[in-house]
Amino acid sequence: MYSQLAWRNIWRNPRRTIVIMTAVIIGVFSMIFLCGLMRGMEVEMIRNNLATLTGNIQIHQKGYRADPVVENSMTDPVLLENAIKTNLPEGAAWAMRVRVNAIVSNARHSTGVTFVGIDPAKEARVSFIGKAVTDGRYLNSDDTNKILIGRALLDKFKTKIGHKLIVMSQDADDEIASTAFRIVGTFRAEMESTEKAYVFVTLSDAQKMLKLKNGISEAAIAFKGQSIDGQKEKALAQKLKSRLPDSIYKVETWPELLPMMREYLSLFDNFIYIWYFVVFIAMGFGIVNTTLMAIFERMREFGLLKALGMKPVSIIRGVITESFFLLVSGIIIGNIAGIITVFLINRTGIDLSALAAGVEMWGMPRVIHPELWIIDVITANLVVLVLGLVVSIYPAAKAARFTPIEALEKT
Amino acid sequence: MMSVNVKLDVKMAWRNIWRNTRRSVLTISAICFACMILVFMLSFQLGSYETMINASVNMSTGHLQVQSAGYHKKKSMRLVVSQPGEIGGILEKIPGIAAYTFRANAFSLVSSNKRSRGVLVTGIDPEREACVSTIKTMISHGRYLEQSDTNQVIVGNLLAKSLRVKPGDELTILGQGRDGSIAATAVIVKGILSSGIDAFDRSTMQIPLQYFQAVYSMGDAVHEVVITAKSLKKVSKIKKDIQKGIDAAGRGNGLVVLDWMELIPGLLQGIEMDLVSGMIMYLVLIIVVAFSILNTFLMSIFERTREFGMLMAIGTTPGRLIKLVLIESMSLTLVGIVLGIVCGSLITLFFQSHGIDMSGSSEFMKQYGIPARLYPRLSLVSALVGPAAVFVITFLAALFPAVGIRKLKPVEAMTHI
Repeated sequence: MYSQLAWRNIWRNPRRTIVIMTAVIIGVFSMIFLCGLMRGMEVEMIRNNLATLTGNIQIHQKGYRADPVVENSMTDPVLLENAIKTNLPEGAAWAMRVRVNAIVSNARHSTGVTFVGIDPAKEARVSFIGKAVTDGRYLNSDDTNKILIGRALLDKFKTKIGHKLIVMSQDADDEIASTAFRIVGTFRAEMESTEKAYVFVTLSDAQKMLKLKNGISEAAIAFKGQSIDGQKEKALAQKLKSRLPDSIYKVETWPELLPMMREYLSLFDNFIYIWYFVVFIAMGFGIVNTTLMAIFERMREFGLLKALGMKPVSIIRGVITESFFLLVSGIIIGNIAGIITVFLINRTGIDLSALAAGVEMWGMPRVIHPELWIIDVITANLVVLVLGLVVSIYPAAKAARFTPIEALEKT
Repeated sequence: MMSVNVKLDVKMAWRNIWRNTRRSVLTISAICFACMILVFMLSFQLGSYETMINASVNMSTGHLQVQSAGYHKKKSMRLVVSQPGEIGGILEKIPGIAAYTFRANAFSLVSSNKRSRGVLVTGIDPEREACVSTIKTMISHGRYLEQSDTNQVIVGNLLAKSLRVKPGDELTILGQGRDGSIAATAVIVKGILSSGIDAFDRSTMQIPLQYFQAVYSMGDAVHEVVITAKSLKKVSKIKKDIQKGIDAAGRGNGLVVLDWMELIPGLLQGIEMDLVSGMIMYLVLIIVVAFSILNTFLMSIFERTREFGMLMAIGTTPGRLIKLVLIESMSLTLVGIVLGIVCGSLITLFFQSHGIDMSGSSEFMKQYGIPARLYPRLSLVSALVGPAAVFVITFLAALFPAVGIRKLKPVEAMTHI
């Protein structure tokens, strides 16, 4: 009975109900949509970061991350390979790399880069590089002295595919090793800085040049569906740790590898919740005011109900039920609008290439595909519904307090 | 006559507002809340932008630079500013310049006993540099360079760590001179720099300019003339003045003047993006508030249909009624806005003096040159832009019910219950 009465009551003044419902709809819509945008961006940022030679899990020699040099290499790749192979989950890929700082130069230019030796076939399944080659070709495992560089680096050096570059770095004997490599191809990346930062050669070339024998700098494991909180990664890392001696190896998950990213995400989270709250307050004033108006108009009605013996609690219940219907209707429409918008934009994405430099500064992806997370949608709806009902208590209590006499006196 | 009318209208409107105190207070609170948030958030954003710009400008680029055309993109050793002293003479005469200095850069292989790294070695004028950038204050170990120093070097702390050097240790530098010859020298680490920005600490190595010029056979040429302005606002004027001065001296051909927006384009675009996304959020907030209070405006008209009918019957024109109603809703808005600006400004001023602790995300912010405590900055713009937007949008919200008055017929309206 309450619900039927309440539903009819809110439509006694359709215009007013529609206005306040619009406020709720816009509020809920903006919560869902803007949150979807931010989540889309977050996921893309993590994906980019992981694809840029991070992977979900990395294994290094203990001191390597603090001091990424040749002498902090892992000398027993067989042990590592066995440990990874036995624990590797379905659909996951892994690769080994040599990764050191180096200087590349040609006749006119020189610059510092990260010099990466890769196993071309394996690496293609782990990081972005397999799909990123736009000109020339990708590396083959039997290539010798061939190098793959970023498009931006190629432009900066004013060189061409087929020309030579000299790579200089410190080898295992602490001598400066320098080798000439011929450019076989260029790759493009989401960030221009990535294109300038990395050059790739085959693993065997890198090991030979740096006199590493079969030593490697890192092993990376990648699987689809990285979890934002890194729980999946943690479980696998735990298994790997039990196989690899603690004194030599360090197994790290991506949140540990990218502490900045982790902070960025928590900053995002806080921001979303503050935003929810602010939008709610803006709505809250309207909800209270509108409900109050509806109450005062019906003072006589409430007085009469009371005179007929209705208990104050029942009146409060009635008014709150009205708010509930108002909120729920607004929330449902807002959700539908938000979800549809997110899905429509998700297909094409929002292209920010026009702001490439700004996008790069914040480390954002160039195209954002908004994406919905159930938890955000639930939080948004709960915030609006629960707080909306809480603020309705005030007008409801007001209605319950009308005495029959004063109410009936009012014309 | 007109002024009497207006006075009367305002008086009537004001009394009408307070016919329903609770409703008016709630409406004012909603507007006040929105304005408060907007004033604070805008001050906060603008304040942190300024901090970010200043951090970048002070740390590396300066507000303006005079360079050889094309140097900024190519960073080629050969694109130099010759006779920098002459440029200095031009700069001395331009008002608004706080300080200027000269720099020269060369990418070189730097080796310690144990390690080698490719590093961009910068030649700086120690005294002038200290006036332009904050480098001198960032020395964490050892000491800053002095004017009389020759083969001394200051190194970023992460770079020092990876080279495994401390003050007093020797480094060898191997690079290419301006004329293509080999530039090689041994230098002593004098000081270690810690800025907190990893990219900077990992890549900075500075030696005295004169020594740099000798080692890299630069003659007296430099690559960058770095200029700081007394304030950010004066930059565009100073830029024009410098350009004029250079042209007048007949050096306009090979040289360009770049401001910080051209030197660090990412910073400006990043700020613009942040600002635009902020604007979208604020707009949503204002629209939600507008719908929240639209009912008040609607009600204040519909519950008075009879009253309006009577006023029309005794000769009030609909136009005047609309005016009256608009004055009502807009004074309500104005009270809210003024209160909002006052509250927002007070909150902003409080945080402006105390700062907001961002230490939870300090690692992240540090990389953008944002310190762990952020200070919002109240300005005329940040205090007024948000409330002005609120005013415009609430005016539209008030207009919609008000024009409905025109359709009222006196007789029907008077019989309305």
